[in-house]
Amino acid sequence: MTTSVAAAVPSGRFRMAAIARWETLLVLLLAGLVVEGTRVSPYFLTGQNFANLVSAVMEIAIIALPMTLIVITADIDLSVESMVGMAGAILGWLMVAGLPVPIGIPVVLLIGALGGLLNGVLVTRAGIPALVVTLGTLALFRGVANIVLGPTVISVWPDWFTEFGFGTIAGSPIPYTLVVFAVLGVIFWAVTHATWIGRQVFAIGKNKDAARYSGVRVQRIRTWLFVLCGLISALAGILLAARFSSARNDNGTGMTLTVVTVVVLGGVDINGGKGTIPGVILAAFTLAVLQNVLRLAGVSGEYQGIAVGLLLIVSVTVPYLARQSRVLIDRVRDGRRPPAGSAAPGEVVS
Amino acid sequence: MAVDTLRRAQLPGVAGRALNAIGRSRELTLVAVMVVLGLLVTLGAPQFLSPSNLGQVTALAAVIAIAAVGEAIVVMTRNIDLSLESTMGLTAFLVGDILQHAYLPVPAAWLVGLGAGLALGMFNGAITTLFRIPSIVVTLGTLSIYRGLVFIIAGGKQINLVDLPSGYSNAATDTILGIPMFVLVAVVIVVVVALMLRTTRFGRQIYAVGSNAEAASILGIRSRWVVFWVFALAGLLAGIAGVMWGIYFGTIYATSGSGIVLQIVAAVVVGGVSISGGSGTVVGAALGALFLALINNALLLLVLPQEVLQAIYGAVILVAVSADALISRRQRRLAAQGARQ
Amino acid sequence: MTPRVSLAGISKRFGATAALTDVSLDLLAGEIHALVGENGAGKSTLVKILAGVHQPDAGEIRLDGEPVTIPNPPTARSMGLAVVHQEPKLFPDLSVAENVFLGEPPKGPLGSIAWGEMRRRAAGLFEDLDVHLDVGAQVRGLSMADQQLVEIAKALSVDARVLILDEPTASLSSHEVDRLFAIVRRTRERGVAILFVSHRLEEVFALCDRATVFRDGRHVVTAVTTELTTDTLVRHMVGREVVLFPKEAGTPGDEVLAVRDLSDANAFREVSFSVRAGEIVGLAGLVGAGRTEIARVLFGIEPRVTGEVRVEGLPVNFRSPSDALAAGIAYVPEDRHQDGLVLDFSITDNVTLPILARLFPRLFVRHAVEAHLASEYTERLRVRATGVDQFVQALSGGNQQKVVIAKWLATRPRILILDEPTRGVDIGSKVEVHRIMNELAASGLGILMISSDLPEVLAMSDRIIVLHEGRIAGEIPRADATEERVMFAATGQQHIAQAVAREPAAAGPVTGEANGGR
Repeated sequence: MTTSVAAAVPSGRFRMAAIARWETLLVLLLAGLVVEGTRVSPYFLTGQNFANLVSAVMEIAIIALPMTLIVITADIDLSVESMVGMAGAILGWLMVAGLPVPIGIPVVLLIGALGGLLNGVLVTRAGIPALVVTLGTLALFRGVANIVLGPTVISVWPDWFTEFGFGTIAGSPIPYTLVVFAVLGVIFWAVTHATWIGRQVFAIGKNKDAARYSGVRVQRIRTWLFVLCGLISALAGILLAARFSSARNDNGTGMTLTVVTVVVLGGVDINGGKGTIPGVILAAFTLAVLQNVLRLAGVSGEYQGIAVGLLLIVSVTVPYLARQSRVLIDRVRDGRRPPAGSAAPGEVVS
Repeated sequence: MAVDTLRRAQLPGVAGRALNAIGRSRELTLVAVMVVLGLLVTLGAPQFLSPSNLGQVTALAAVIAIAAVGEAIVVMTRNIDLSLESTMGLTAFLVGDILQHAYLPVPAAWLVGLGAGLALGMFNGAITTLFRIPSIVVTLGTLSIYRGLVFIIAGGKQINLVDLPSGYSNAATDTILGIPMFVLVAVVIVVVVALMLRTTRFGRQIYAVGSNAEAASILGIRSRWVVFWVFALAGLLAGIAGVMWGIYFGTIYATSGSGIVLQIVAAVVVGGVSISGGSGTVVGAALGALFLALINNALLLLVLPQEVLQAIYGAVILVAVSADALISRRQRRLAAQGARQ
Repeated sequence: MTPRVSLAGISKRFGATAALTDVSLDLLAGEIHALVGENGAGKSTLVKILAGVHQPDAGEIRLDGEPVTIPNPPTARSMGLAVVHQEPKLFPDLSVAENVFLGEPPKGPLGSIAWGEMRRRAAGLFEDLDVHLDVGAQVRGLSMADQQLVEIAKALSVDARVLILDEPTASLSSHEVDRLFAIVRRTRERGVAILFVSHRLEEVFALCDRATVFRDGRHVVTAVTTELTTDTLVRHMVGREVVLFPKEAGTPGDEVLAVRDLSDANAFREVSFSVRAGEIVGLAGLVGAGRTEIARVLFGIEPRVTGEVRVEGLPVNFRSPSDALAAGIAYVPEDRHQDGLVLDFSITDNVTLPILARLFPRLFVRHAVEAHLASEYTERLRVRATGVDQFVQALSGGNQQKVVIAKWLATRPRILILDEPTRGVDIGSKVEVHRIMNELAASGLGILMISSDLPEVLAMSDRIIVLHEGRIAGEIPRADATEERVMFAATGQQHIAQAVAREPAAAGPVTGEANGGR
C-alpha cells in the first residue's frame, strides 16, 4: 500500500541527504574562494586579514540568525537595516546627552525589542503581510534615526567600546565580535535543531493551520521571532557603531539585502518550512570571504553590491533548477511521462 | 477618469459609513485630504499657492507618479518591484551621460533611456516568472545589481547641468496654459494606463491574476506571461520617470534616486492599491504620489525638520495598510454573516 | 438519441489508488442526471476528468457522438463543458458581470471591453434565471449561494452544452436550494445535459430524471429515478457486507462536556448538549448544517458569540487550540491533509507535536524518547509504515488518519472530537478506527463524533444529536434510532421526527451487525 507512493516521496534519510548536499556545495564554494584568495594576494592568509574579513560581516551574520527563523516561518523582516541605524543613532544620542554607554546599551536593546514587537503585532494581530509591515518600519525606523541624529555624526566613543567593536582578543586574530557571534550561533543552533521550540517553528513554516490545530501557539511564536529579530538587529547596530566608531543616520543602509542573501545562500527556503542554522553560518563566512577576495582584487565597494545581488538571485535559482532537473531525470528513468494532472502523493481523491 | 464603480459590502454605523466612503473611493478621499492639507499649509505659508511653488511640486510629483503607476500594476498582480529606483537612477544617468558627450541628439537619447528601462523590467519579469522566485527576492537583488551598473557607468563621476544642452532643465517647469509640461505628461500616462486597465483584455487579466491566481489559470489566462509584461511595463515607466528625473535635476549622481522606492510604494499603498493584488487604480497611485509630494513641500515651507520625512513615509504606509486590513476584515465578516440569512 | 456526453471504459489511477475503474456513463441532452456514491466512490474524479483537470488512463469520451480529449480546463470550457465546483472559483475583487464574462468579454471598438454590453448581457442572464442580483456588485461581498449563481451564469454565458454541478447544495439554505433547483430546471429546458453530483438523496429524487451510482470507483447502476427508492439507492451505494464494531452499551460516567446555548457568528445558534465519560455522542446532519463549526468553536479555533461551555463542570473560554488542548480536549479535523498533519514531518514529529512541552520540559528533544512514544501508539493503532521516522506524506489515507488519532491520543484527552473520522479511509482501517473508538470510550473518554456516514452514526453512537441549519433538530437515543428518524430531523422535518420518536421503535432497530446495505 505504501510502496509505490513512498518511492516518489523522500523519506527522512533522503531529506538529510539533500541538506547535506547543499552544505557540501557551500563548503566547496568556500574552499574555492579561499584558494582564489591566496592566488589574488599574499596578504590573504594573514591573521590581520582574517580579522578584517570576519569583522566586516559579523553584524550581518548576527542578524541572519533570527532572520533565518523568521524566513522559516514564511515571514520576512526588511526593517533590520533601519533598526541597525536607529540603534546606533539612539545610543550615540543618549551618550551625547549624558547617559553612559553601558546604560545606553540595554536601553537600546529594549527599544530594538519594542520595534520588533511593533512588527510582530501588526503581522499577527492585524494580519498584514510581513513584507508590507516591515517595508513600512524600514522607513519608520530610518526616519527615527534621521530625527534623532539629523546630519550629525557621532564619532567620539569610549575606548573600550571601539576596542570591542574593532579589536581582537589579545594576541590572536579573533575579533571580539566573532565571540559574540559564536555564542549566539551556538544558542540558535541548539534551539533550532535540538529543542522543541525549533520543531514548532518548522511546523509553522510547513503548515501553519495544522500547527495551530495541534496546539502550537503560532501567533505568539511569530510575534516573539520579530521581537527577537528587532533585539538582535539593535545589538548589531551597536556593534556596527562600535566598529566604525561612528553613528550616522545612514548606518546599516543596504544590510537587508545582504542578510537575506546570506539566509538564502545558506539553503533556507524563502517560502518557509526548510533551512538550517549551520548552513546560514557557512553562508555568512562564504560571503565574508567573497567580499574580502573581491576587495583584495581591487573591486570597489559599489560593485560589490552587484556581486551580492547576483549571488542572491543565483542562490534561489539553482535549487529551482536542481528540482526541475530531478523531476526530468525521474521521468526519463521511469521511461514514461506521468499523465498530466496526476495527483500529488497523498492527495485526497474521492 | 476611470474611477472604479464597484459596489462593495456596506459597513454599518457612523464609523462604518466613514470607512465606506473611504473604501468606496480612495481617490476622492485623497483629493479631499489634499485640499484640506493645502488650505492648512497656505495659512502657515501663503507662498504655497504661488505658481512657481505649485509648479515645482507638481512637476516632481509627476515624476514619482509615473513610477508609482508602474509599481501599481506590479502590485496589482500580487507582486512587488523594489528595483524601480535603481532603474530610474540608471536611465537618468545613462541619458545624462549620452547628452553630456553629445553622442546622440536629445530624442534619441531619451529613447535609449526608455529602452534601458524596458530591458531592466523584462529581466525582472523573466527571472520572476521563469524560475518562480518570489518577486520580493528578485527585485531585492536587482535593486542592488542595477544600482551597481549605474556605478560602473558613472565611473566615479557625475553629470552636471552645465554640460547638458542649454535649457534642458526648463522642460520640467515649462508650462502650457499654466500647467507644467511634466504634469501633462504624467496625466497622459495615467490616462493611457488607466484605459488599458479598464478596457483591454490584458488590463483585466492583470486584475484577475492578482485577485485569484487559481481561477485565472482555470480560465486559461497565462499568468506568467501577464506578470512578465507587467514588470516590463513597470520598467519602461520607471525609465520615463528616470529621464524626467534627469531633466528636473540636471545634476545627476550615481546615487540619484536612492531611497525613493519607499516613496513609490507608499504612494501606491496610500492610493488604494491593495498589497494582496486584484484591486486599486493607477489614478489612486498617482494621487498618492501627489499627496506625499505635498507633505514634503509642506515640511519645507513650514520650516519643519526635513528629517521626519522618512518617518512619515513609514507611518503613511503602516496606517494605510492597517486601515485596509481592518476594512477588508470587517467586510469579509459581514459577507460571511450575509450567507446565513 | 445520441447522448450529449458519453463516457466509456474510463479508468484513472493515482499512484496506488484506483479512483475509477472501467466506468461508463451517458448524459442525454435535456436531462438532469444524478451521480451518487459515498466518499471515495470516484464522483469528483469523474467531474475533474470532464473539467479537463485530469486525463483518464483508459477509456473514451464522446461529445455528441464525436470522440474528444479534454487536455485542460480552458479547452473543456470551449467545448461547452461547464463545471460549477463546490467552492466557487471567482475573482473576489471584480464585479459580478466581469466574473461572468472574464473568459470572453464582449468587445467594442478597437477591441476594447464593452462594459455597458457586458452588464446588459449579464443582467439578461440573471433575468433568464429569474434571479435578482446586482451585476455591478463586487463578488467579495456576495454570499456563497449567490457566488454559486454567478458560477452558473458563467457556465451559461458560454452556451454550455453540459452543466456539471458538484455538490452544489452543500452550503445552501433550503430556500436557496429551491431557487437553485428552479434554475437547474430552467436550464434543462434549454436542452443542456446536466450532471448533478450529490449525496443528498432526497434532492436526487426531487430534481433528477435518472441516477447513476458509483461505488469504489466502479459503475454500479443507472436507472430512472422513478424506478428507485431511497432504500435501493443506499443499498447500491454501500453494497458490501458492512462489518462494524457496534458500540457496546456501558454505564456512562459524569458529564465531561456541557454545552449550553452556544452560538457562533453565523453557522449555528443556541446549541445545547452534553457528553459524558464513556459515551459516544454522534453529531449528524447534512453538510453545511454547522457541525464542523461547532467543533471548531469547542476547540478554540473560532470564537463563540454566546453561550457557555463547561469541561468537567468548570466553565471554560478557549481563545486558541492550545487552550482547548490544555483543558483536555482533542480535535481530529475533517481535512487531515490541510489541518490534521504536517505532511513534511515524520510520524514521530506529528505524533509529538501537541505534547512537546510536556514531553521535554528541559527543552531539548531526545529522539529515543519520542520515537519510543510514537512506536507505542503506532503499534497500538496498527499503523502500517516503514518506521516511525517515515514521512507521513507517504502513508495511505487510512494510516494517515490513524497517525492523526495517535497524535491526539498522546495528549491524554478527556474529550475527543472526531470530525468525519473515516472519510476517505479504506474499509479495513475504518473497522480499526471504530475498534479504537470503542476502546477509548470504555476507558472513560467522552467522544463527540461528527459523521455524514449514517450507518456509522447509528452503529457507534450512544446518542445521536441531529443538526439542521445550525439548530438542534433532534436528540435520538440509541434504542430509538433509525436512519429515517435521523434523516427526517436532518432535513428539517422535525415534527415527524418527534412524532416517530414518541412511538416505540418498530422491529429491527439498527445494531450495526453485518447486514447488507444498511
